[in-house]
Amino acid sequence: MSTQEVSSDVTLELITLTIDGFEVTVPKGTLVIRAAEKLGIQIPRFCDHPLLDPVGACRQCLVDIEINGRKFPKPQASCTIPVETGMVVNTQLTSNVADKAQKGIMEFLLVNHPLDCPVCDKGGECPLQNQAMSNGNGESRFDGYKRTFEKPINISSQVLLDRERCILCARCTRFSEEIAGDPFITLNERGALQQVGIYEEKPFDSYFSGNTVQICPVGALTGASYRFRARPFDLVSTPSACEHCASGCDMRTDVRRGKTLRRLAGDDSQVNEEWNCDKGRWAFKYATASDRIKTPMVRGADGQLHEASWPEALATAAAGLSVNRAAVLVGGRATVEDAYGYSKFARVALNTNDIDFRARVHTDEERDFLASAIVGVQVNYSAIDRADHLVLIGFEPEDESPIVFLRAFKQVRKRGLKVTTIAPFTSRGSKKLKAEVVKSIAGNEAHLIAKISGLTSKSVILVGERLCESSGGLSATLALSQSSGAKLAWIPRRAGERGALEVGAIGTLLPGGRSVSDASARVDLQSAWGVKSLPENIGRTTSEIIEGLHNGDIDSLLVGGVDPLDISADAIAGLEKAFVVSLEMRHSAITEIANVILPIAAVVEKSGSFLDWEGRARAFEAAVDVPDLRSDVRILSMIADQMGKPINLPTVASAANEFSALGNWDGARAPFTPTSATLISGDTILASWRLLLDAGSLQDGEANLANTAHPSVAIISAERAEKLGVKTGDSVRVFNERGAITLSCEIRDIENNSVWIPRNSHTSKTIATLGVASGASVSVVKA
Amino acid sequence: MSELYNIEPFKNDAIEKAALESTPVVDNGPSTFLTQLLGFWVTFRTMFKKPNTVQYPEVKEPTAPRFKGRHQLNRHPDGLEKCIGCELCAWACPADAIYVEGESNTEEARFSPGERYGKVYQINYLRCIFCGLCIEACPTRALTMTNEYELADDSREKLIYEKQDLLAPIHQGMIMPPHPMAPGADDGSYYRGEVKGVQQ
Repeated sequence: MSTQEVSSDVTLELITLTIDGFEVTVPKGTLVIRAAEKLGIQIPRFCDHPLLDPVGACRQCLVDIEINGRKFPKPQASCTIPVETGMVVNTQLTSNVADKAQKGIMEFLLVNHPLDCPVCDKGGECPLQNQAMSNGNGESRFDGYKRTFEKPINISSQVLLDRERCILCARCTRFSEEIAGDPFITLNERGALQQVGIYEEKPFDSYFSGNTVQICPVGALTGASYRFRARPFDLVSTPSACEHCASGCDMRTDVRRGKTLRRLAGDDSQVNEEWNCDKGRWAFKYATASDRIKTPMVRGADGQLHEASWPEALATAAAGLSVNRAAVLVGGRATVEDAYGYSKFARVALNTNDIDFRARVHTDEERDFLASAIVGVQVNYSAIDRADHLVLIGFEPEDESPIVFLRAFKQVRKRGLKVTTIAPFTSRGSKKLKAEVVKSIAGNEAHLIAKISGLTSKSVILVGERLCESSGGLSATLALSQSSGAKLAWIPRRAGERGALEVGAIGTLLPGGRSVSDASARVDLQSAWGVKSLPENIGRTTSEIIEGLHNGDIDSLLVGGVDPLDISADAIAGLEKAFVVSLEMRHSAITEIANVILPIAAVVEKSGSFLDWEGRARAFEAAVDVPDLRSDVRILSMIADQMGKPINLPTVASAANEFSALGNWDGARAPFTPTSATLISGDTILASWRLLLDAGSLQDGEANLANTAHPSVAIISAERAEKLGVKTGDSVRVFNERGAITLSCEIRDIENNSVWIPRNSHTSKTIATLGVASGASVSVVKA
Repeated sequence: MSELYNIEPFKNDAIEKAALESTPVVDNGPSTFLTQLLGFWVTFRTMFKKPNTVQYPEVKEPTAPRFKGRHQLNRHPDGLEKCIGCELCAWACPADAIYVEGESNTEEARFSPGERYGKVYQINYLRCIFCGLCIEACPTRALTMTNEYELADDSREKLIYEKQDLLAPIHQGMIMPPHPMAPGADDGSYYRGEVKGVQQ
């Protein structure tokens, strides 16, 4: 029963009832406990959670209810009873029966609850502690022995369960079944021995397991990485946004004495509701990694990097970039303000449009698709809520944008939303979404897209950034969307890509969706920026920039947060020849060849904002104050000043204000020329995507999280397995002329001439090892 | 309405008036030898009393038995620390003088019975007001106060006492942690006082 969202196209039936002598009017279907909340009456509760189905497990919310003069013989759980006309509710405030019942339940709950409060992580923010004080008896009458269990057992490497403390509210089991769709934990046994248990064959490797820790009303579920670290009164909380993907989760960062201790999911009903994924929750230690760069570095005449002062490093960077031919690579993790800084720096200080934020596989088709169909267009999560048909193309939501998965799963579960996905095989996520899987060979999606039918204007098409790897895929999707009227959204994997697109960190666009080739748009921007001219020619793409560096067409490169192995295996060779100015947090392949390295602040150390896939701004403030680390835009502004071509963006706020004042371009959009689809054929075509938990550098330093990653396997068809003579679990070798990856195999419903391996796991790095991402011929043999 | 509020306003000049009218110094007449002798009587009488002066620091008087001096982090009889790093002392402290960080005990390195121990424990004696609320808050009697009162030093850093400065000394029967719990014992038996010192 949904009590939280009432969609606007349903007329509301209102019901008036009396609670503690006050009348309140609420929509039909509201639970008594929520109606009481509306009056500001707090009924104690443990199992009740607004986003989970009511279950009435803890019985703490007992109240006296009377309907039309007829009284319930016993107190009732207010979290399971919907309101009715003429209902008279008396809570613990006005009914002695309810008050006595609640105190009795509290006493029962505490009978077997250990006195662990001093050593329990929840102590100080514990609903049981708080409500035992507010609604319980001061003294216990129990003098027997408490039931004991073995102290914490690992539900997963990251989530620990202390069964003694559990009050059996079933929040965690309901969450994993209803919200995440991973019912790996359940309540076992009965009576006093009832406990949360795991399926022994299947570990709790849910991507959303951290939420169970957050919603546990006692300290039964705790996170291994925060265990015994702090008390709530030690922590300074800062609202923040997640930097890991384009889902746009609202977050809370808790800091003790300048050290980030934990991150929790924030409450944003429009976006992530109250959930987030484990990566967002636990992957934050990269910012305190030992290879963090704290001071500027300049490569001396001896070819070695030396620590340098800021003025020296800025002067060297400015001199190196003050050549005729410089280019900029932004990377997909910059905030909107930082990306705007790069975009303006390229145009004003370097006088070039050679800038690209796509540090990954990319095509010209994608660039034109983004410029004509995506930039400035908003499609919201609520579109998924209202959709009659959800089509996923080149997009695996559970791995690539987990909150999109949660929102879609909710609709599938509540109202049977129809989901169609074009994917190489039926993934775990597709199975949970009950999706109709249109099986594709990587690279041939375009032909399948054209065949999708039955879309209406209420349908939603979500394409992943991976679709660009399939020639003609984006063109076919755009045609499908235009012919059916279905909403179309592009979901990049990284948090900064949508923002970078909007600020024009790409060769064909200027900030706000202004086209580089549109003279009036350029004039508009010239006057806003107060410059005489802006470069007119279409800028190079990432691969063209790298080619240009290799050929000597470009002399110097400004690069921010790019791993060359995300682009291609040979990218680093091109960069070696040029003068490279790198704005980086940690040492990487780029800093090894960079001439100047300027340290930048991590997300928790700076303010800024991201645009999530919807185009919704997700602003955040600095949670940790590190005086010497600055946001990229501040450093770019200093370099530009040094070059004598100021971009006038001394602070993050000034960049945000300037960009919002520019506004979106309402003139003509660049026309889109469809790319024709090609047909790839071969014996074995490689398919891959990045798993949510993999070898990504932002997940470094959190071993417990890495242990919950899904295993890296090669997925092959039953026919191929038979041909190779392997069973599930046997090792296979996927190879081409560049290299080989050996993984254990899993037999799934994949096409016979297709093989899937993870793109960037510790044991399977396709671009580094095989030199390709997907859609290329490889060979598979038994290892 | 106005009668209801018909209260005579407070008059400030009453205070000034009272100050002016305060009792003048009594004039006892001219000072004579006798009146002077009367004044010296107090001095004379004190000459035959035992002096209260103590030759500190050469001589140190014991304090009252329940004098609240420097804190001490106690040990169980076998040497394991009683502190579990729960931070309740820090929470209770009205002067924010205590800083604690907890950590997990492991099988290899056990400092206290049970799962948790205090890894960092600092008391800032520049802030401490010796109120004893931390002692009341301590759930394991790990933190108590000694009678030691000589807490002066020449730098701020030296007055932040670390865990090693506060821990009780190793007595007969104790072994310096980390070491495992006594055979067959668990944290419960430590709290119930069932674990005795190690026979040496």
